[in-house]
Amino acid sequence: MDVRLSPEQRALRDTATQVVDRLGPARGAPLADVERAPRLAGAVEASGWLELRDSGEGDGPLTSGVEVAIVAEELGRGLADVAFVGPVMAADMRRRAGAGPATAPESVLLDRTLSWPACSLNGETPAGVVVDAPPSRTALVLVGDDSAAWWRLGGVPLRSGHSQLDLTRRCAVADDRAAIVVLETPHPLGSDDVAAWMALGLALTCADLVGVMRGAFELARSYASTRRQYGAPIGSFQALQHLLVDAYVALEGSRSVALHAAWAVDALAAPDALAAAAAAKAYCARAALGVCETSVQVHGGMGNTWDCLAHVFLRRALLSIELFGRADTNVGRVLAHHGIRTPAGSGHGLR
Amino acid sequence: MDFGDAPAESEFRLRLRAWVAEHNPELPASSTDDGYWAGQAAWHQSLYDAGFFGMSWPAAVGGQDLPSVFDVIVDEELAAAGAPPRPSVGYLVQGILEHGSDDVKRRFLPGVVNGRDRWCQGFSEPDAGSDLASLRTRADRHDDHYVVHGHKVWTSYSDDAEWCLLLARTDHDVAKHKGISAFALPMRQPGVQQRPLRMINGITKEFGEVLLDGARVPVANMIGGPGEGWALAMTVVSHEREPGELGYVARYSKLVNELAARVRKEPDAYGTEQMQGLGWAMVEAEMLRLHVRRRLSDRLSGMSHGPEGSVDKLLMTEVEQVVGHAALAIGGTGVGSDDDTWLKVYLYSRAQSVMGGTSQIQRNLVARRILELPVA
Repeated sequence: MDVRLSPEQRALRDTATQVVDRLGPARGAPLADVERAPRLAGAVEASGWLELRDSGEGDGPLTSGVEVAIVAEELGRGLADVAFVGPVMAADMRRRAGAGPATAPESVLLDRTLSWPACSLNGETPAGVVVDAPPSRTALVLVGDDSAAWWRLGGVPLRSGHSQLDLTRRCAVADDRAAIVVLETPHPLGSDDVAAWMALGLALTCADLVGVMRGAFELARSYASTRRQYGAPIGSFQALQHLLVDAYVALEGSRSVALHAAWAVDALAAPDALAAAAAAKAYCARAALGVCETSVQVHGGMGNTWDCLAHVFLRRALLSIELFGRADTNVGRVLAHHGIRTPAGSGHGLR
Repeated sequence: MDFGDAPAESEFRLRLRAWVAEHNPELPASSTDDGYWAGQAAWHQSLYDAGFFGMSWPAAVGGQDLPSVFDVIVDEELAAAGAPPRPSVGYLVQGILEHGSDDVKRRFLPGVVNGRDRWCQGFSEPDAGSDLASLRTRADRHDDHYVVHGHKVWTSYSDDAEWCLLLARTDHDVAKHKGISAFALPMRQPGVQQRPLRMINGITKEFGEVLLDGARVPVANMIGGPGEGWALAMTVVSHEREPGELGYVARYSKLVNELAARVRKEPDAYGTEQMQGLGWAMVEAEMLRLHVRRRLSDRLSGMSHGPEGSVDKLLMTEVEQVVGHAALAIGGTGVGSDDDTWLKVYLYSRAQSVMGGTSQIQRNLVARRILELPVA
């Protein structure tokens, strides 16, 4: 056992850090700058990160879940307003089904609770939501028959959703007037494929949340060190110090579980990888809400204004908290893995 | 980046698993039952004699010079088998290793590691808790020995111990941190009187207090030089804060597994909130297991035992207290039955945010030494 990043993984992280610090809204030009976001999108596309889960040698992906998580964490930390998890998850689903790469980045339709991939049993377009959608207006959807043992892939057109929640990632909904186009899929997906795919989705969401926590925490820490009241930096007051320490401790625990979830995607059997990812997601989701709320609180009045980035971190966290299932759903998945069925964990979601 | 076992680790794990299946003494939980302490010394020695204790300590003192991951594997396998956790003596070993002379190490460490000598820790006093450096127990030199007067409290295992790792003031004319020395004090002598303290869950074997009235300790039993006791104390408490050192991961996993088995047996007896409480306890215990692995890997790069121990202590406390609440929710308070085991588990969990430095002290340390927040 040695869970340190390899030199190649550290190099990947450093590159992602540089891109996000140069072109992301947290350090670079603000969100409203119309020229910055396209440059960030261009840099991400040129980096090859969107293809990390395409087919590599043999049946496996080009890189493990760890590499994709490294990028997702840095993008979250810098509030990158570019589609990443959406297209990577679509590429991973295509690879599992042997469907060949997409012509343009796409995403995967999720059910309305965002807990599972959306699926069509009768050929009709299901209601669903896409999170982190690239500009192209199509998403993958699972298409099954009554046995629901195997799933093929279909494409559905999207229309813009009107989510005001996350200011950095685009959401969209399925266009239910349009028909599904069923794709050629040499290997229909079984339940283990779906579980392993879910494990990746949860692991990447954990990585995003860890990144968001790091960004929100650092914003608060540096503000507390410079903002003065009563003739001293507010970070010298014990009440504030303990708030910040609790946030930091929650972040440290989250890093450990998120790292393990990313490793587990390709290293463990699908049900074990899903349980590891679900445990990590429950932990990170609860931690992220606390850390982001602390960041707003430490900023005082400023933290409640639109111009302070604290709420942009909080909003991004709120979307990731729901993505691939909220905390109670994921705690239910952990219990189910221990042979304990609860309403929150038993919904396979695919029927 | 690999959370999995390397071949040597996997071989060790299987060998240990087979051994535990044969030799599990089935002791009751240390936190709830005095019966544990009656069997703890034998368990320690049995683990040691089979080659499954002190994996990462130097061979010269009875360890095996292996990476700390082998201790982690011991914890995981003991928990999986429902066996008692490994005895927590790592902080003593680290304190003596780092600060003792070669003579002190040679005389004392083998007995600590192999479990033949029982030790307790004489640090806290009635008026020196969080402010440990204000301790007043004094050791005055007479020829080749010191004479000790004072009062120690929260002294774990004092009734069982042959030796006490004692902090006492040897110099009254310097700043309070600088006048403290550390000793290996023999407990079985006329000047030492110990009495048990009953904890809030009723157990009496874990905590004690020690009255020192003219106890004698040879000069040769000083650990480190005169006035160097504070440095040793800081080493000991930093290790005492670390879940990896304490082997507590095994204790939490074992409790969670027992609660899960209860629920599987009678799933209709529990409501959604109780189930969610158990689920969170599973999530928390798993977090600590993985966090310990991450920390041990960081140490491979030479990161030392620094203020990160305070972060880990806060995480460990969170886990213990979430597990404690699950114990209360699933196991119940014992009203209407004779079994108050789970109530005891819950009550015991409240001490975790106090022992080894309160959570408030840990937060102060993290704020200053890791977050580097401004000083008032």
